[in-house]
Amino acid sequence: MDLIKNLKVWFSIAALSAICFSAGWSFAQEPAVSPEPPKLEAPAATPAQFTSEHVEQIAGAKVALDTVWVLIAGMLVFFMSLGFATVESGLCRAKNTVTILAKNFIVFSVASIAFLVLGWGLMFGDGNPFFGTQGLWFVGGADNSPATAEVYKGVYSSINWTGVPLWTKFFFQLVFAATAATIVSGAVAERIKFSAFYIFSFMMVLLIYPVVGHWIWGGGWLANLGMFDFAGSTVVHSTGGWAALTGALILGPRIGKYSKDGKAHPLPGHSIALATIGVFILWFGWFGFNPGSVMAADAGAIGRIAVATNTAAAAAAISASVTAWLLLGKPDLTMILNGSLAGLVAITAPCAFVSIPSSLVIGLLAGVLVVLAVLFFDKIKIDDPVGAISVHLVCGIFGTLAVGLFAQDQFTPDTTGDGLFFGGGAGLFLSQLAGVLGVGVFVFLSSIVFWKILDAIIGVRVSAEEEIEGLDINEHGNVAYPDFVTVTTRGSTLSGAVSGAAGQVPAAVRAGEFSKEAV
Amino acid sequence: MKMVEAIVKPFKLEEIKEALSKSGVQGMTVEEVKGFGRQKGHTELYRGAEYSVDFLPKVRIQILTPDDKAARIVELISESARTGKIGDGKIFVTPIDEVIRIRTGEKGEDAI
Repeated sequence: MDLIKNLKVWFSIAALSAICFSAGWSFAQEPAVSPEPPKLEAPAATPAQFTSEHVEQIAGAKVALDTVWVLIAGMLVFFMSLGFATVESGLCRAKNTVTILAKNFIVFSVASIAFLVLGWGLMFGDGNPFFGTQGLWFVGGADNSPATAEVYKGVYSSINWTGVPLWTKFFFQLVFAATAATIVSGAVAERIKFSAFYIFSFMMVLLIYPVVGHWIWGGGWLANLGMFDFAGSTVVHSTGGWAALTGALILGPRIGKYSKDGKAHPLPGHSIALATIGVFILWFGWFGFNPGSVMAADAGAIGRIAVATNTAAAAAAISASVTAWLLLGKPDLTMILNGSLAGLVAITAPCAFVSIPSSLVIGLLAGVLVVLAVLFFDKIKIDDPVGAISVHLVCGIFGTLAVGLFAQDQFTPDTTGDGLFFGGGAGLFLSQLAGVLGVGVFVFLSSIVFWKILDAIIGVRVSAEEEIEGLDINEHGNVAYPDFVTVTTRGSTLSGAVSGAAGQVPAAVRAGEFSKEAV
Repeated sequence: MKMVEAIVKPFKLEEIKEALSKSGVQGMTVEEVKGFGRQKGHTELYRGAEYSVDFLPKVRIQILTPDDKAARIVELISESARTGKIGDGKIFVTPIDEVIRIRTGEKGEDAI
């Protein structure tokens, strides 16, 4: 048995090394540059027939094509909300299914309104290096999109580089804001009050997210510092991740998760099938998230970015599966699922700036990182039911820094320049680091303030009895699966997820600490 | 009258039911339960956290029978439920004070 286990270990290490080696070897080659598209010349014989009307029509067709692509990409990102809803509810217990679905559902609606009311203006309005001050309310500022660059006249100049109309820009950016907010719901699941999450989400999309977005995409101080985040490893995923972390810290762990001696008890998800559906949907939606961020139907870029996205996801799923297999003995599917998401988050910032072999390496590293992070957070007793902090915060930071390492100027010329691994020096990496730290401090502090205020006014955590009985019935008066016995009443045995496979009834509950009657 | 109660492996249920039906048993109650005996469980990991798997799924069959048929039923269940491996289960026979058929009000052996 030992020999076979050893063979598996060596084979995996050999396979991983082979992949890394060949990826690294590709770096040394001249990366293939896509050929210049054929130059079109107006036929010399008919100059009189090529009128300005034709020019307008062609320009209009380009705007239409760009708009259609950006809108479809935005709809793919909208669909990711379903992915979050199913992966989170699948990885949590049945008695909390309704509340988790409710959080993920309402957060999109809340984000839609908050971003419309003020979020967009704070993020993209002209203003100071920290937030916008013009065109704040209801996307009402002057604007002549789809005019771009020098021809643009309006107050949302930071986003005048994309040639699509204003509402298309708004729609696309809105779904990103909603994604950042929905990340939080995973880490706070199974013990947060619905009302607390409801209000926090509103504040997050109204104020926290737009300020961060302004710094990086809205022409703010981080953009001026030369920090790049193509599709949002920092703006979306780290912002959501920091807020998720503070939420988990303020709430504390779920009842029964950790014993006094520091051992972690599993509280297994009730539907790994739902969780898998969720991750597939997220992977699918990411094909809108990354390539869509070009915000143009740029044939050269969007396919390459889609492949970079997919490669990172696939590589991360594989490296996560191997890491889980080696460290935990068996390929835990929940770890593999987290792995692919880790790769997706990690490639989100670099996707437009790096080669395909680089995206493979970024993915491989992210997959290992996320498994280690999940185990780490349990060791320090930060309870994250779905691994949201490990996926979005840890790999969001990694992806942001990866820009500083793997960027190559040729892919999006005159933006990032070359990263550390391609002869560009440490400058880009340091800008990225500044971004990670600046955003970290801001989101950590502002979200803690909001959580604390909410805790003082309405309380953020449900009572112990409610938590044990399940939030569905207590917060919403719903039962997710009424035909199956999941509702437990005080005085009867705990539901299967705790007393069954987990095998351990938390001592405090057994001692009747949490309810007047003996449990 | 006796209640014959058997805890058996779930995949054996069909075989047991066939054998009993052939010998004239006209009814039974079946429920899904979990349990363990002298066999040890094993530990597993969920996202790195250890838990023990002690309980295994079983099926409990309950059959009411006149005293003279109890032994035959026990024998039939034993034969059809046996695999020879650990976890085959157990059979309990307990005396029953009274049986009533709800629809008609019949009592005793008429109600079986």
